[in-house]
Amino acid sequence: MKVRVIISLKNGVLDPQGRAIHHAIEGLGIHGVQDVRAGKVIELEVDASVTDADLETMCKQLLANTVIENYRIERMAAAETV
Amino acid sequence: MSAFRSAVITFPGSNCDRDMAVALEQICGGEVHRVWHGDAALPDRLDFIALPGGFSYGDYLRSGAMAARSPIMQAVIDAAGRGVPVLGVCNGFQVLTEAGLLPGALLRNAGMNFVCREVALTVETSQSLFTAGYSQGQEITIPVAHHDGNYFADAATLDRIEGEGRVAFRYAEEVNGSARQIAGVLNAAGNVLGMMPHPERMIEPAQGGSDGRALFESVVKGLVAA
Repeated sequence: MKVRVIISLKNGVLDPQGRAIHHAIEGLGIHGVQDVRAGKVIELEVDASVTDADLETMCKQLLANTVIENYRIERMAAAETV
Repeated sequence: MSAFRSAVITFPGSNCDRDMAVALEQICGGEVHRVWHGDAALPDRLDFIALPGGFSYGDYLRSGAMAARSPIMQAVIDAAGRGVPVLGVCNGFQVLTEAGLLPGALLRNAGMNFVCREVALTVETSQSLFTAGYSQGQEITIPVAHHDGNYFADAATLDRIEGEGRVAFRYAEEVNGSARQIAGVLNAAGNVLGMMPHPERMIEPAQGGSDGRALFESVVKGLVAA
């Protein structure tokens, strides 16, 4: 099964990378973008032995730094995987 | 007192480990042990552990994140818990926050640029093992060289560490967007210090100054007194 972990910066945490991307978007001549926040997506291929608790542990102890980041775990149905 | 025993931990991608070892040899003297990240144990009876600067594990995932989970770090965490002085400089500071030994996190510099220059720091407390050799409010010059040095913690944490006298150094100028200009932070027990500036690069006039010496001297004196 494929699991996707989406990691984003918490509200209030400065995102200079997002700000630079925002600036570059304006450089494309597109001016309707209000804000840009950059995060990361980590995809895992896991077998049935990996529990929800294991995924939480992975996120809390390694994949995300919960001082500055939020995470969201999406278990993807077989149809969604390619 | 028996000879001073220190250790410098080298991770894959550390690049200030030799400078740190030289500073320890020249200022603290005694035996400087070089320890590899994959080692399971530290040498016995250490008086001081230093986590050097660099780009451990290529800064994969987050700066310091992989190093904080490397085999040797459990031994470093245990030693810190026993009161052994631990200094993390630059990437070493990032590793200490990722390992949970220090509060907060180091974000990308607010200006997005890698900052590599000498900066003015204010010594915020002289009541610590690492800063006893300075006077409170003293301005010193120490170089920085980092991309992720923007110290972040939530307001409650910042208030707490300030209230407990755990801000060791503050930038005396704008450097990287750090919350409250914080450049160096102590743990609650006072035996773990993380800082972005590099004191090991400012230990003799040939390096442009020696403002970093007092930090290492303070640790040696503190141990003699203890």
